[in-house]
Amino acid sequence: MSTQINARAQKLAKATALRRFFEGQGATPVEPPILQPADTLLDLYGEDIRARAYVTSDALRGEQMLRPDFTVPVVEMHMRDGAEPARYTYAGEVFRRQEHDPKRANEFLQVGYEVFDRHDPAGADAEVFALFAQTLKDLPLRAVTGDIGVLMAAVNGLDTTAPRKQALMRHIWRPRRFRKLLDRFARRTPVPATRTALLAGQAASTAPLIGLRTKAEIDARVAALQEDAAAPPIAAAQVDLIEALLDVREVMPDALSQLHDLAIDMPQINVAVERVVAREAALRARGVDTGDLMFETSHGRSSMEYYDGFVFEFRAQARPELPSVATGGRYDALTRELGRGDAIPAVGGVIRPGLMLELEAAR
Amino acid sequence: MTIKLGVPSKGRLMDKTFEWFAARGVTLERTGSDREYAGAVGGIENVSLILLSAGEIPNELAAGRIHLGVTGTDLVHEKLARWDDLVIPLQELNFGHADLIIAVPQAWVDVDTLDDLDAAAAAFRARHGFRLRIATKYHRLVRNFLKEGGVADYALVDSQGATEGTVANETAEAIADITSSGETLRANHLKVLSDGLVLASQATLWRARTAQMSDQDRVTLTALEKMLL
Repeated sequence: MSTQINARAQKLAKATALRRFFEGQGATPVEPPILQPADTLLDLYGEDIRARAYVTSDALRGEQMLRPDFTVPVVEMHMRDGAEPARYTYAGEVFRRQEHDPKRANEFLQVGYEVFDRHDPAGADAEVFALFAQTLKDLPLRAVTGDIGVLMAAVNGLDTTAPRKQALMRHIWRPRRFRKLLDRFARRTPVPATRTALLAGQAASTAPLIGLRTKAEIDARVAALQEDAAAPPIAAAQVDLIEALLDVREVMPDALSQLHDLAIDMPQINVAVERVVAREAALRARGVDTGDLMFETSHGRSSMEYYDGFVFEFRAQARPELPSVATGGRYDALTRELGRGDAIPAVGGVIRPGLMLELEAAR
Repeated sequence: MTIKLGVPSKGRLMDKTFEWFAARGVTLERTGSDREYAGAVGGIENVSLILLSAGEIPNELAAGRIHLGVTGTDLVHEKLARWDDLVIPLQELNFGHADLIIAVPQAWVDVDTLDDLDAAAAAFRARHGFRLRIATKYHRLVRNFLKEGGVADYALVDSQGATEGTVANETAEAIADITSSGETLRANHLKVLSDGLVLASQATLWRARTAQMSDQDRVTLTALEKMLL
């Protein structure tokens, strides 16, 4: 028991030290409540969040969640009454429901650093990454970076219909679904027989219409499917380019030269690639050895996050079973989502002091 | 110590289970009054019968309070995360067939697959301002299934009974429920999605991985399994 108390005290001390370090960098400490209204999180993540967060409720406030992360409440707080630019730090427990791996913690400490700044996104990205790298420099960790914005730009620039682009954008964080849609829009997969019948007008139903979804909604979707069937497939060459883009997985200098090559055939990614270039320069200016830093275009896509630009992660090289020691990224769209008409570019990340201690003890 | 066998305490599931065991030389019966959940086992020594609600059997197996149990695949998969670490399916009993399926109104001629459901859900949310509601009591199974299928913009609403009626009552747009024949679905103007089978369930004999056993229990269990399987 006393070792458990000691271990917890050590983690708390580590968390406090990290938070102090971020305060020293000019961040304001904040302490969002542990209980968060479930609605906001459900609206953002959909039903999947219920598999990750503990839900509770009372008769007065309805469903509440034990905070699964700090970013959402910090963004809400900033959008309500934050001055600009702003830097925040926090340290405290987050709670994650575990249904698959009993060895994963369902309650652990996180320390975070978040930057809300309109003027120099590349500089802010580099600032967050460099501070994290400095904090973690004595541990055997490997950093991976990426940028979801490059894929988004590639999708937005596809030579195809707007509804198809919207459908692909909607599933950008669900790689398998994205893949299936892309194959369907490129006519690489056979059309289901029921769809063919529907398009041929042979799918009438005599059943009464029940429920809230109206006849107009059904007709609108049938019309949309007909339009889609009439539109030419996404060209094979474009699908190949998207695949090549998703395969970029190199150290920064090589990744950049691959991205530049791809941008010749995919000019729509030029602006996004320039952002990666500017960030690489900003990272170097802060002393990060980018010659050794990994860049993966598809990094961060499957983690059900809100990141829509720069993403990064620090993992223990020799301990692949451990969760990431630190993660972060840019979440401009989240501030728009929670800002009720307002938005501000924002980037940040979290560190797990408990995992840092575990790795320090193992050395 | 005895080998504890958990069996559903009432209805067709209990009767069918008793029949299945009887056909293999193990007689199970309820003793005492109709209201008393006590039972007796014949045809083998040192086995005791525990009558339980089918929904409690998964947790009793997982906790190791019973060694063997009969209940549906659906209940074990829904109630036990990592069920295969906790219980072993010994034998499917070939009754109590029921499929957990996703169903939508028949009038939705544009929706036949999960892919369609996802697209309809996105449009529904944009139009109505809330996520397309799916009524079910199998939250975990359905959520995992829809996640695998890449369906977004839906919400699960809890329905512990008369789930087929929720669409007509406008408390849900679609349902995920157990069906054995599909008649109730048709009567309620619903249809199953062509790739909407979440789980094909039937009554199954399970063995707990974690239940404690004496040497004698081990002998008993081996003898019992020899009679049954």
